[in-house]
Amino acid sequence: MTHAYTPGLRINERTKVTSRRVLPLLGDVVVKKGDVLKAEDVVARTHLPGKVHAINAVNRLGIQPKDLKEYMLRKEGDSVTKDEIIAETKPFIKMMKTVLLSPITGTIETISAVTGQVFLREPPKPIEVHAYVDGTVIDIMDKEGVVMETTATFIQGIFGVGGETVGELAITVDKPDDILTADRILPAHKEKIIVGGAYIQHDVIDKAKEVGVRGIIVGGLDDEDLRKLLGYDLGVAITGSEEIGITLIITEGFGKIQMALRTFELLKSRSGSKTSINGATQIRAGVVRPEIVIPFDKASKTTESTDEPLGRGMEIGDPIRIIRVPYFGKIGKIKSLPFAPQKIETEATVRTLEVEFPDGFTANVPRTNVEMIET
Amino acid sequence: MNVIIATDCGSTTTKAILIEKKDGVYRQTFRGEAPTTVEAPFEDVTRGVLNAFAEVEELSGRKILDGEKIITPARGNVGVDIYVSTSSAGGGLQMMVAGAVKTMTAESAQRAALGAGAIVMDVIASNDRRLPHEKIDRIRHLRPDMILLSGGTDGGTVTHVVELAEYISAANPRPRLGMTFQLPVIYAGNKEAREKIKEILNQKTSLHITDNIRPTLERENLFPARQEIQKLFLEHVMAQAPGYKKLMTWTGAPIMPTPGAVGLIMQTIARKNTINVVGVDIGGATTDVFSVYGEIFNRTVSANLGMSYSISNVLAEAGLDNILRWIPFDMDESDLRNRIKNKMIRPTTIPQTLEELKIEQAIAREALRVSFEQHKSLAVGLKGVQRERDISEAFKQEISGDTIVDMLKLDLLVGSGGVLSHAPRRSQAMLMVIDAFLPEGITRIAVDSIFMMPHLGVLSTVNEQAATEVFEKDCLIHLGTCVSLVRNMTGKPGEKCISYIITMPDGKKIEESLPYGELRVLPLDIDRVAEIDVVPAKNFDVGSGKGKPVKAKVSGGSVGIVIDTRGRPITLAKDRASRVKQLRQWAKAIDAYPE
Repeated sequence: MTHAYTPGLRINERTKVTSRRVLPLLGDVVVKKGDVLKAEDVVARTHLPGKVHAINAVNRLGIQPKDLKEYMLRKEGDSVTKDEIIAETKPFIKMMKTVLLSPITGTIETISAVTGQVFLREPPKPIEVHAYVDGTVIDIMDKEGVVMETTATFIQGIFGVGGETVGELAITVDKPDDILTADRILPAHKEKIIVGGAYIQHDVIDKAKEVGVRGIIVGGLDDEDLRKLLGYDLGVAITGSEEIGITLIITEGFGKIQMALRTFELLKSRSGSKTSINGATQIRAGVVRPEIVIPFDKASKTTESTDEPLGRGMEIGDPIRIIRVPYFGKIGKIKSLPFAPQKIETEATVRTLEVEFPDGFTANVPRTNVEMIET
Repeated sequence: MNVIIATDCGSTTTKAILIEKKDGVYRQTFRGEAPTTVEAPFEDVTRGVLNAFAEVEELSGRKILDGEKIITPARGNVGVDIYVSTSSAGGGLQMMVAGAVKTMTAESAQRAALGAGAIVMDVIASNDRRLPHEKIDRIRHLRPDMILLSGGTDGGTVTHVVELAEYISAANPRPRLGMTFQLPVIYAGNKEAREKIKEILNQKTSLHITDNIRPTLERENLFPARQEIQKLFLEHVMAQAPGYKKLMTWTGAPIMPTPGAVGLIMQTIARKNTINVVGVDIGGATTDVFSVYGEIFNRTVSANLGMSYSISNVLAEAGLDNILRWIPFDMDESDLRNRIKNKMIRPTTIPQTLEELKIEQAIAREALRVSFEQHKSLAVGLKGVQRERDISEAFKQEISGDTIVDMLKLDLLVGSGGVLSHAPRRSQAMLMVIDAFLPEGITRIAVDSIFMMPHLGVLSTVNEQAATEVFEKDCLIHLGTCVSLVRNMTGKPGEKCISYIITMPDGKKIEESLPYGELRVLPLDIDRVAEIDVVPAKNFDVGSGKGKPVKAKVSGGSVGIVIDTRGRPITLAKDRASRVKQLRQWAKAIDAYPE
């Protein structure tokens, strides 16, 4: 059997989800191992270094760099306030005196006797990292952050924009192939994460933003609408830091595509639950897909599925989804895995598989154009 | 050494080739590929390598692996003698360079980094018109894999380069990978400033000092800096990428950045045949362009122009209309946009229908065109390793900034990368290359047969004989020769343009003429050479001047001799229906697609 590896998106009804909550710089972790936290709780804090300002002091004062330190009234490490005199010349006639004012409130970092520059730094900016999911701290990374764990329904989307947000899950459509229209967005959806069906358009996203919806999960949208939402043509899929006032996750792809039935049913079954979502996508090596995490209450107990990815090759009978035209979005089962590469319509000779669709129709598809799905 | 296995771990796929010595000659015999597994859930590059090996094992019948260990040495049909690899996975090598003067040391630093196989994220210079705090912010936010700092000739200015070091120190930058590591900084500037640089950067960065890349104004010395970059790439960057520590223990030679290896092979072709070469390697995330004109080697990388991860950026940079102009059927703009994005989010998929193939090839033309434009604008009087130049030349470069890539002096154009190497018909690759690069006069065109230039580049560092033999016999596929008008030569469709006589190797003569706006193919086998006498009409030029005849030897290939009178730039009809008709006509002339 060919050792073909086909990545698929994860969809788990109930699984252990771990989430690394890491500071961008070293700082303080404010929780301890075993703490049970809410998504909104702070787990770690640090200070981002302030912005640096450089002043060409010698030009302003009309002196030589090597002499600069003699003229400085403040030394490296001193705190200064905006418009405070930090250096001055000492002429015989006082009127001829030139002064150097601090452009900011902060500290003097470096005084350079080579270039004659003075570097000042603004005060550090505090930043906090939140737990993001309701769960338990299972590991502490000293000065860096924590690892949270929760038992949750876990679904990966294919693409998203906007960062982390938390809210109650609400289903707005009846079927996975429904289109999410503006009239389905109600004032009651304020601060919620809403689930649509196959498609959403830009004006509907606008309506959701007006209402105060925190996040949208939908099958597909048009690239043109994405451009309208972002205000520019997205070149490289590295997202998550957009400030667009909402987080949007698409589960299937671009265009009008029915949300996978299993995804839709799973979301529907968790309607009303507190949900954490993150649109951050990075389609590069070290891929990051957008995620939907719906933790279970500690009390409810059913069996957990394994959190391990399917680490084996494709086998006959495995359910798959086709991820490129002409059968884009269709689900079927592997009927055969021909050993020899086959010629396809483009005349390329590639490794293919034969897929059987639920209606009995079969087709040959390149192996790279399918993803394995969990039953 | 009789059996060699080599891989290239690309951003999308890991490609393995098997090379075996048979009857005293090295030949590439089997290949296998698998998705690269740098990303979750595996986060270990060796998984993809093992999968690619497994495919080679299956197809060749040779047992290469014992569990997850490579069997060495080779005995009979078991094992291999050496394993070598290149890599561009994990985003390749991402660098930031800094130099005192934008067009002098900063440009030299850029060349040093590019030549070593890096993507240059930004060039910081004392005179780049950004305010100090903007430079500092930029350094802080970019998070490169390493920084190359240069500035000043030896004994020259100290102030500017120290100022740049102060900016780097103030930014206190951190590397892209590994939170607790210090960012490697290579100092290759004025040697008089070394002590000051150490004072400023030694505590905050992992500082490495090497020879000045511009010891005098007239001389460039890029080699030591390039070597240091490649060494640090292995020690710092690769060692941080998932699985590479393990992979490095498997290989019999240091892993090279893919573009560095391709550059080696391009230079070998040019040197061995004494010709000018332009090469392109179009990948999933990036497109590299190489040019060798005489002794001058240049490489540029268009970091975000590629056919999978970066496909959407081709749309953003080239524009929708420029892509649509190459699509030979009516297509809805919204549909095209969605298809491009769907390829971006599922980058490993391939076109299954003919229509999809034509769309991808239309996008490829634009990715190639824009990358080549970028190359031409950076390859301005660039000088290779240790090349001397006098002061007047140095000034000329700064003032004129003329590209050294003269299409009329180009002898060979080589295409590589999935969309060209794996095009189902070779004529598709030929047409894509001609449309994107617009060769002028007489130009030979070839492709890398199955994308093995990186493998052969790294192999050449340990076994040049094997690399050269495989390159000549199995790697380069000559497509033929393109005969075309020169730059700024356009006319009206149907207008009298050229007439020519081709004397075939058997002495047979073909005498024809071709009006403006057409394409014609005359079959001529690989390894056969014919002679052509072209007489352009009085308003047209094929290299010797308007109306002046050109006599040249033309080499055959799997496509043949392509006579191209479509103009430079190619004249495309303005209305969609006529343009579609034109594109179909040209595709038919070169037999690009099935009827």
